[in-house]
Amino acid sequence: MWHNDFPALAALAARGITYLDSAATAQKPAALLLALQTYLSQGAANVHRAGYRLADEVTSAFEACRDDVAAFIGAAQRDEIVFTRSATEAFNLLAYGLEAQINAGDELLLSPLEHHANLLPWQQLAARRGAKLVWLPISASGHIDMAAASALFTPRTKLLAVTQLSNVLGTLQPVRELCTLAAQHGALSVVDGAQGVVHSSVDVRALDCDFYVFSAHKLYGPDGLGVLYGRHHLLNQLPPWQFGGEMVLQVSRDSASFQAAPLRFEAGTPPISAVLALRASLAYLRTLDRSAVAAHEALLLQQLKTGLDQRAGVRRLGDSDAALVSFVVDGVHHADLAQLLDEQGIAVRSGQHCAHPLMATLGVAGSTRVSLGLYSQAADLERFFTALDNALALLQ
Amino acid sequence: MSLPAAAQQVLNLLQQSPGFEGRNRALLQLGNQLPSFASEQRNDEDLVPGCDSQVWLRCERHAETLQFSASSDARLIRGLLACLLLRANGLTAAELALLDWPDWLTQLGLKQQLSPSRANGLNAVVQRMLLLSQAI
Repeated sequence: MWHNDFPALAALAARGITYLDSAATAQKPAALLLALQTYLSQGAANVHRAGYRLADEVTSAFEACRDDVAAFIGAAQRDEIVFTRSATEAFNLLAYGLEAQINAGDELLLSPLEHHANLLPWQQLAARRGAKLVWLPISASGHIDMAAASALFTPRTKLLAVTQLSNVLGTLQPVRELCTLAAQHGALSVVDGAQGVVHSSVDVRALDCDFYVFSAHKLYGPDGLGVLYGRHHLLNQLPPWQFGGEMVLQVSRDSASFQAAPLRFEAGTPPISAVLALRASLAYLRTLDRSAVAAHEALLLQQLKTGLDQRAGVRRLGDSDAALVSFVVDGVHHADLAQLLDEQGIAVRSGQHCAHPLMATLGVAGSTRVSLGLYSQAADLERFFTALDNALALLQ
Repeated sequence: MSLPAAAQQVLNLLQQSPGFEGRNRALLQLGNQLPSFASEQRNDEDLVPGCDSQVWLRCERHAETLQFSASSDARLIRGLLACLLLRANGLTAAELALLDWPDWLTQLGLKQQLSPSRANGLNAVVQRMLLLSQAI
């Protein structure tokens, strides 16, 4: 359907590669390539400073992306959008920015589903401040147990950090309910939208979260660019964490004053071409009927789950709601399966998926993850299943 | 230098087993011949860093020659390890240092089949073998 909008897919097909690892990074639409080609061939300029027309044009286009991102996720204001180098950097910005607000004995509430990017910054912050990590229990299907969760919010809870859509299980989490609970207990809420923003329409105000983080490269955009949304007054309470050009108002030999958010968090030259490329990807996504995309992905997900369930010894981890499924096979090591799938041109993720605590919780050493993009097709899954059968014929 | 008898067997088996299915069946069969030790005997200090899946490697010296053994939960990985260990076992440390590993993998027909990450994993095992051979 939208397959032809992504030039790399034809190149991959010509090499015999079936790409089923979109949760790691997505292929890019032709619109992104054109935007990069245009910017880089028509004249680069730095943003926010020079007083000449070319730089003004580039700055306008750069800042227009901030408007587009704000609209895309339903932010109330454009200056609630901070561009970072990655989603990981955005989490680190928050963990350092919030450090002064976290004291010994405070509790940070996390789920065992978290990607290391939304775990390690908090784990290390807790270690620096003598705070405690508290874990939200998950059900067998891979969903945060809300009944148990509500009992874990206490007056000591300072922060909730949860994923919207698990990168390992594909399970959608009750983020809105959790953020509401956090607000009722005076705790800040941080939502990892790295997978969620790709497969659902996000409205940060409806989610009622304080912070929302995602990366451009999973959203059919460029790598090297992350997005941090934060409520306006909360962002402006955070001190800057990196210092340099662009983020200052005035500098003397011994002191400096800084811009308001978002620029105070964008020290140095930002990833200009990546921001312009993301703008093109968002414009492309706006041309699509997102409910048709969701229906297409739901159909493929069903095909994937049904196919896995039909095969003896194959066990899905959790019960996925969207776009990706992890599975293990009785008596078969995930590394062996990965090797045989790779030999047959199937690109899927194998291992622990940057979520070691979750794999420990599930009691598995590793798994194989198949993940879909809006450009994935039924034929991709048919090739995957043929390859899986060939591999299991050898390994089982 | 001539091939050790076990290495010659590995070479014969893989050369007689072309294609996706033949090659991988041969590797699974070789995995059963891997000089190995039980999972209960695995130590963290024997763990080879840089492998996708966990591999434990040990080296003993019998007179002047080296005897490696390895342990892994993954059956195909055990086959790949057997390809390395059966080539190296019985050599002296000096002979091992001169061994042309890329040539050996090419002779076995494995060079093209291994993904770069798997090839890196095997390279990590080879580097560890060299390190261990010099340490004892």
